[in-house]
Amino acid sequence: MMQFMLLFSRQGKLRLQKWYVPLSDKEKKKITRELVQTVLARKPKMCSFLEWRDLKIVYKRYASLYFCCAIEDQDNELITLEIIHRYVELLDKYFGSVCELDIIFNFEKAYFILDEFLLGGEAQETSKKNVLKAIEQADLLQENLDFQIRLFPGCQRSRDSKECSRRDRIDINTMALHQAVHLTLPAACLFA
Amino acid sequence: MPAVSKGDGMRGLAVFISDIRNCKSKEAEIKRINKELANIRSKFKGDKALDGYSKKKYVCKLLFIFLLGHDIDFGHMEAVNLLSSNKYTEKQIGYLFISVLVNSNSELIRLINNAIKNDLSSRNPTFMCLALHCIANVGSREMAEAFAGEIPRILVAGDTMDSVKQSAALCLLRLYKTCPDLVLMGEWTSRVVHLLNDQHMGVVTAAISLITCLSQKNPDEFKTCVSLAVSRLSRIVSSASTDLQDYTYYFVPAPWLSCKLLRLLQCYPPPEDGAVKGRLVECLETILNKAQEPPKSKKVQHSNAKNAILFEAIALIIHYDSEPNLLVRACNQLGQFLQHRETNLRYLALESMCTLASSEFSHEAVKTHIETVINALKTERDVSVRQRAADLLYAMCDRSNAKQIVAEMLSYLETADYSIREEMVLKVAILAEKYAVDYSWYVDTILNLIRIAGDYVSEEVWYRVIQIVINRDDVQGYAAKTVFEALQAPACHENMVKVGGYILGEFGNLIAGDPRSSPLVQFNLLHSKFHLCSVPTRALLLSAYIKFINLFPETKSTIQEVLRCDSQIRNSDVELQQRAVEYLKLSSIASTDVLATVLEEMPPFPERESSILAKLKKKKGPGAVSVELEDGKREGGELNGGGERGDTPAMSASNASTPSPSADLLGLRPAPAVGSAPPSVGSLLVDVFSEGPAAASAGVNDDGFLSSAPPPAASEEPAPPLPEAEDLLNKFVCKNNGVLFENQLLQIGIKSEYRQNLGRMYLFYGNKTSVQFVSFSTAVSCPGELPTQLNLQTKTVEPLIEGGAQVQQVVNIECLTDFIDAPLLNIKFRYGGALQNITLKLPVTINKFFQPTEMVSQEFFQRWKQLSQPQQEAQKIFKSGHGIDTEVVKAKLLGLGTALLENVDPNPENFVCAGVIQTKGQQVGCLLRLEPNAQAQPGEQMYRLTLRSSKDTVSKRICDLLSEQF
Repeated sequence: MMQFMLLFSRQGKLRLQKWYVPLSDKEKKKITRELVQTVLARKPKMCSFLEWRDLKIVYKRYASLYFCCAIEDQDNELITLEIIHRYVELLDKYFGSVCELDIIFNFEKAYFILDEFLLGGEAQETSKKNVLKAIEQADLLQENLDFQIRLFPGCQRSRDSKECSRRDRIDINTMALHQAVHLTLPAACLFA
Repeated sequence: MPAVSKGDGMRGLAVFISDIRNCKSKEAEIKRINKELANIRSKFKGDKALDGYSKKKYVCKLLFIFLLGHDIDFGHMEAVNLLSSNKYTEKQIGYLFISVLVNSNSELIRLINNAIKNDLSSRNPTFMCLALHCIANVGSREMAEAFAGEIPRILVAGDTMDSVKQSAALCLLRLYKTCPDLVLMGEWTSRVVHLLNDQHMGVVTAAISLITCLSQKNPDEFKTCVSLAVSRLSRIVSSASTDLQDYTYYFVPAPWLSCKLLRLLQCYPPPEDGAVKGRLVECLETILNKAQEPPKSKKVQHSNAKNAILFEAIALIIHYDSEPNLLVRACNQLGQFLQHRETNLRYLALESMCTLASSEFSHEAVKTHIETVINALKTERDVSVRQRAADLLYAMCDRSNAKQIVAEMLSYLETADYSIREEMVLKVAILAEKYAVDYSWYVDTILNLIRIAGDYVSEEVWYRVIQIVINRDDVQGYAAKTVFEALQAPACHENMVKVGGYILGEFGNLIAGDPRSSPLVQFNLLHSKFHLCSVPTRALLLSAYIKFINLFPETKSTIQEVLRCDSQIRNSDVELQQRAVEYLKLSSIASTDVLATVLEEMPPFPERESSILAKLKKKKGPGAVSVELEDGKREGGELNGGGERGDTPAMSASNASTPSPSADLLGLRPAPAVGSAPPSVGSLLVDVFSEGPAAASAGVNDDGFLSSAPPPAASEEPAPPLPEAEDLLNKFVCKNNGVLFENQLLQIGIKSEYRQNLGRMYLFYGNKTSVQFVSFSTAVSCPGELPTQLNLQTKTVEPLIEGGAQVQQVVNIECLTDFIDAPLLNIKFRYGGALQNITLKLPVTINKFFQPTEMVSQEFFQRWKQLSQPQQEAQKIFKSGHGIDTEVVKAKLLGLGTALLENVDPNPENFVCAGVIQTKGQQVGCLLRLEPNAQAQPGEQMYRLTLRSSKDTVSKRICDLLSEQF
């Protein structure tokens, strides 16, 4: 069973955290700090797995974002790597070429998609179509509110050209994201 | 899908997030957040009722602030209100807030549960799923109590939508993990198992996780799942890559489900039904075959998914450990991966092969890859992969390749990462010992180990080499010669000096014939290192010197000169000073015969489990050293073992000065034990007049895990005893050994032994972390009037405990008169800068000084009647805590220290005991009678305990202590 999943940027900013075991806030912060440090210190060609306390950490980097899962001893590392990938695919499909900013501005959506995909640390629905269908249905239930003037009409879309250049996009189709390694991404430096 | 923009964008939220992103500094960010919090607070408190949208927006902002790492202490009520909104997005945000920021506020939990209940019964599948997700995310006991009965029904009901079933299955799993006692599958079992047959792959994927967990706990009830799982697996494995539509992932059919099926099968032994087993073997063969086929896609996702199934299949093959053919094929497959260009695969192959190495069918096959693995150890760039390679070498080691593997590991040690050196050292030491055919090789290996990685050689390792040298007389001469040579090096590690001092002190005579290593040369060599060594090593060297005087009378005057000089005899360290004084005196007044007896060669150590192995097990947790556990199979010719603990008293040089080294594990002899450790040790005497630590105000920080907080203000004051200190004490009333205390950082173990009115307690402080504890100090104190009742002596411990290491402390105890309170043990140390301050009760209770007394029925009742004054009797009637089990009760009464008297009480159900409490001042006879009413309903069972003794305080205290035990 997965114990938790963390998404953080190259600058060490936590973008999403999902805990499947009860822990105190203090403990969560400590674990996050420790893992962000450990993972960021690793070099690109290193293997995606490491032992940490009595857990196994599986992580992968997509553009400026690290996806990091902690699984238990008997769990399968490779399939967890593909859990991460499937989640990235889901985000990508939903947001359309997802980038870190989408996850910042629509963090609640990122949580909703994750809940449809994984529940209680186990895969609930692995079909991309079915997960997206569930989210879509939910979106259809949304009321159209007239008074919502959208200052950022799709704050996701409009800044594409300016803020979020092509290279920050989480490119799910290439494994070789190292080109991005040396790039500093102003769009990603949220609160530095 | 052009989804996102659909009308729920919350403008205010986006503005706020943008603002935060534009903050130039941490301070600016905090300022902006505080402004927003104030705004939200005023909105929530305002008179104007907020509409749903605003409420949602503000709750969402709070959530964002919380996720940034700030504390949120309001807004829960508004979030709960959102739950009952009929607008989906509002409800959804409400649930998200609750899931992320659960509050154990019982008032709220009731409201939340109400909202969940409404949604569960709404028959709207989207709402039901939201509610189920919330339960699964929070997973608290309160929720389990409210919904554990309802969810199984939703799960198996015929009209439940598939998506709801999926959520229900995993929701139930979470509740089962939180409160297994509340989730009763009973009547649902077979219908849940049959979800494996469900047409909807998503339902199977979710349900199988639940079934796997339940099977682990109740394998028999769920065993029908095996054949269902096999047929489901078989259908997937044999399907074409397009059959399963959207459940096919990069041309691999249902990889997640396949892995989960293979994982479920690992909860059971191989299927007994031949047909099922045949089908399964076929599946496993197909999976192995597919690994050889050319990939259907170049994408890494394809190969990862495919190999995930392969590794899970191999795990199952290893779990069965009964199909030699499959095991060897698995091993060959992993062998290919060892050279794969993907680091991930090399890592996993090394890991998986480690388990294969322990199967008798595949051990040989694994061994054929030794060169590749050695190469990995040398060339892998990633330390975690090298670590796996080292683990595998350790696992595949046997007599045939031990020399090669040990040599490779030794040479790797020279450059190994600091993080894994200590473990490597332990492994080398274990392999060298286990597979040593000639002991000179063993001695060479360990000395090399000390030379290469002296800092990482823990005490266990060098204790062990000494134990072995002492037990094997054929290696003693070689050992003496080798350490003598090793000590020639200009800079040698202190551990080498310890081993050298010990071995030359015992066996220096074996090489003294050679003029190059004459007694004086040996002595001068050792003494040249003396000044650079720490106090414990110097103490050991002093003992070696006095042994030299016995071995080589010609060195006597030189050594006496050394002992006599001011730096020894007036050393500021009491231990060193005492040794110098005593040894000097001993050498001048004792006759040669006496000297020879006192300083006799160490007797062999009793054969026990290697202390190093125990240490490695502790480091790695059970299972990690499984290869080593097959002790029964140990091939012939292993070394004679040594003491279980490196800290046996024979090791501590202070005992070298007591007459005739004792084989008694605890070195506990009746009277002289305390006599020979006179209060001169007592620079460390407890300050008996110190105030009880109750006055201390320092906060207890028993949870080291969270210790990043700054040290408490009054950091030097001992903390008040932990709330559980009394319970911990009670655990030791009827036993003498065990773990007294354990948290994330520290483990305290206890071994104790009592004779008459004396006792000796060994405290073992284990550092469970990988980081050293600094400023480690302990203090034993006697609160109240205890100082007049109990005399305690201890020595200080080393102020430093390395990560994973253990130090021990001895407490000598003398009971002056009967007592009630327990002494207090305060432990202080710094871990990562934070002060840890823990106070426990030392489990010294009056019953420890019992001497059992046997007597017959008539005698017992005669004495019973003699003790008939009301104050001599103490009685308690209490409920049985764990049901009444005669054997358990007997064990406890024996553990109490009294004699259990048979055929004394006319009612055979009753227990009677007798004993005498020994104190320095007096003896207190004590009679005990325990009457259970075993016939009563479970839960109603009671005991009546009666104590009679010649002293009222004793009766009462023992009655109190014992009544907590049942």
